[in-house]
Amino acid sequence: MRAFFIKLANLNRTIIYLIITLGVITPLVVPLNLGQKMSPPTENLYTYIDTLPKGSHILISADYDPSTLPELQPMLEAIIKHAIIRGVIPMVMSLYPEGTGLGIQACEKAKEELGARPDTDYVVLGYKPGFSAVILGIGEDIKKVFPTNYSGVPLDSIPAMKGVKNYKDIALTVSLSGASTPLAWVTYAYTKYNEKLATGVTAVSAADFYPYLQTGQFVGALMGMKGAAEYEYQVNKLLEKNGFEKGKSVFAVRGMEANSIAHFLIMLFIIIGNLGYFLSKKRREA
Amino acid sequence: MLQKKIPLAIVLVFGIISAIQYFVPHPLSQEYYDTMLKWMIGVGSMAVFLALVSFLRHHYVRLKVKEHAPYSAVAILSFLFMTLVGFIGGMGPGSIFQKMFYYVQAPLQATMFSLLSYYMASASYRAFRAKSFEATLLLITAFLVMFSVTTFGNYVPGIPKTLEWIMAVPNMASKRGIAIGVSLGSIATSLKIIFGIERNWLGG
Repeated sequence: MRAFFIKLANLNRTIIYLIITLGVITPLVVPLNLGQKMSPPTENLYTYIDTLPKGSHILISADYDPSTLPELQPMLEAIIKHAIIRGVIPMVMSLYPEGTGLGIQACEKAKEELGARPDTDYVVLGYKPGFSAVILGIGEDIKKVFPTNYSGVPLDSIPAMKGVKNYKDIALTVSLSGASTPLAWVTYAYTKYNEKLATGVTAVSAADFYPYLQTGQFVGALMGMKGAAEYEYQVNKLLEKNGFEKGKSVFAVRGMEANSIAHFLIMLFIIIGNLGYFLSKKRREA
Repeated sequence: MLQKKIPLAIVLVFGIISAIQYFVPHPLSQEYYDTMLKWMIGVGSMAVFLALVSFLRHHYVRLKVKEHAPYSAVAILSFLFMTLVGFIGGMGPGSIFQKMFYYVQAPLQATMFSLLSYYMASASYRAFRAKSFEATLLLITAFLVMFSVTTFGNYVPGIPKTLEWIMAVPNMASKRGIAIGVSLGSIATSLKIIFGIERNWLGG
């Protein structure tokens, strides 16, 4: 038995890779349908958007590139759908050039699945270089930073942008990012303009954002694939209730199931690795 | 000599004015702020252009090194192809540019990042050992966090609350300490740059 565990602890990495592959693929092919319970940061964001008055505006900044797409894109899609169903107007922008394409893709999905109308139910602002200057500029006048939408239509002539000048007219700003960009929004939009903020981040960087949740600088947050799955699951229930079966998405929910199995396998590997380590240590001592 | 003195003088003057401006609610101060924002966005756009020139120069040099040449050739050709496609066919919905982004760049980048899970699994197997008290503590905490971020963790009583506690107490205390340290460091570095003590940004 001891020899078996010691041998197991020195398993070839190809076998580990193979086990992980199977662990990830199986739940994607055969859904486990585990359901999702909202954690407090997710619930806070969901409730905040859910209780906004109809016709309110939220700004969503897709501050990421495709490398973090599996975790962040479902968040973007779910938030856009949630806002549109609630009659809240999402304005989608990006501080990263690649984020623009991902923002457009999410809006196109909402258009196709919910029948949302561009420039009426949502607005795509696109990308603007300048980072902090863009965040600060929106606090003064959004039309000076984005004179037109992504397609080149002047913001003044867009019905959905009527009455929107700066953060005072934007009920919430959500920064979705795989890096520390949401902190720039805290520094410039929250501190200088008291803008309400929320964030969606990758699981590896989630721990960095808890201090800002505790202080209330973020009203809510989606933490990694888990947060994405929780939000998506809740939005799916809302879509179902409102007769939008077509708009339901299971990308994050399925992804989270695969993620859970992968985590479970990694935990198992750690146990086996440690068992082998202790048994071989005992053998050396004996 | 002037090559260094002029940028240093610009930083000194605008650094001090911008710091004072933050506390002055006068319309003149507001106008200065608006103008600065426009300049920052303009300079940001120029930086994108500079980055492209730098990218092409870097890979052009590497083309002469046999070992790097194939990769740099692919980088330059991809850049030129996407630029041409964008200029000729536009970047709107359904364009080739957008299709190349959705069906080539996005899956490639997402795949590269996803490969991390394999390295994580292999590394955790070999390196995550309870060799000392500190390592054991780290191992137990990592175990609890890993389990609680899975969907299974939601259904075990006490696990979600444990995650919230780990994140909101020990994690937050350390993160806050680091954040305060970084902020003080940023203030000190900014002052050093404004007063010309720190000159690395001038190229050494």
